Amino acid sequence: MVAQLLFFLLAIVAIAAALGMLIARNPVNSALWLVLNLFCIAGLYLTLNAQFIGIIQILVYAGAIMVLFLFVIMLLNLAELPRREDIDWKRGAAFILGMGVLAQLVYIVAMSFDVLPHPPAAQEAVATGSAQVLARALFTEYALPFEVIGLLLLVATIGAVMLAKRRFV
Amino acid sequence: MEITLNWYLSLSAVLFVIGVLGVLMRRNAIVILMSVELMLNAVNLTLVALSQAMGDVAGQILVFFVMAVAAAEAAIGLAIIIALFRKKVTVDVNEFHLFKY
Repeated sequence: MVAQLLFFLLAIVAIAAALGMLIARNPVNSALWLVLNLFCIAGLYLTLNAQFIGIIQILVYAGAIMVLFLFVIMLLNLAELPRREDIDWKRGAAFILGMGVLAQLVYIVAMSFDVLPHPPAAQEAVATGSAQVLARALFTEYALPFEVIGLLLLVATIGAVMLAKRRFV
Repeated sequence: MEITLNWYLSLSAVLFVIGVLGVLMRRNAIVILMSVELMLNAVNLTLVALSQAMGDVAGQILVFFVMAVAAAEAAIGLAIIIALFRKKVTVDVNEFHLFKY
């Protein structure tokens, strides 16, 4: 009973925060709504017994990526964009396209109702989500992708410094 | 009522679509990048839910890589936005048409 309640609470707050991000006019408010959403998703990872991913989610997303976003918003001193006067038909088209994507995804989930595996016992789930099991897989079977992703982060760092340099564009 | 995998997948679909709507409807380039992060998160939720349901760690390893790519994408994307802001003094994507002519 507690698990169901927790799931629905986190899910509703996550969706509300995502909608808040979509609707908020000030980019700082958008970023803060997204932080709330990321915390809710971390909570959902914990309800799935994936503790390590949940902690990493808070550390990396809420702690590093969103701080970078807020830093850039404040560095550029962004206010709200001015409202458009003319009617924007692109928004209506975008909404219809988005609903089309939602319909397709819901159709797929509904079709898979009987195919999906049943959730395992909590004991097994806790074992799968633990840092020990994840680290063993990451440093043995997935060692090469792990090194490559380190290289990717290095390249991204150099690229970010180059792009943000004065008089690059 | 038991919380099955379908609930997580449905929630993930809804969050993904909100991210799609953010990319398509907003004009602020930084909010568009944040919507991309939201979409990546929705996919991460799917991966973790399926990984836990199947008792296989591969899905969660993939989530690590997605997070690293998301961090790289945020750094590069924000650097591009700073460079564009220096040129045009706005982040309205309708104002950018550098490839047009």
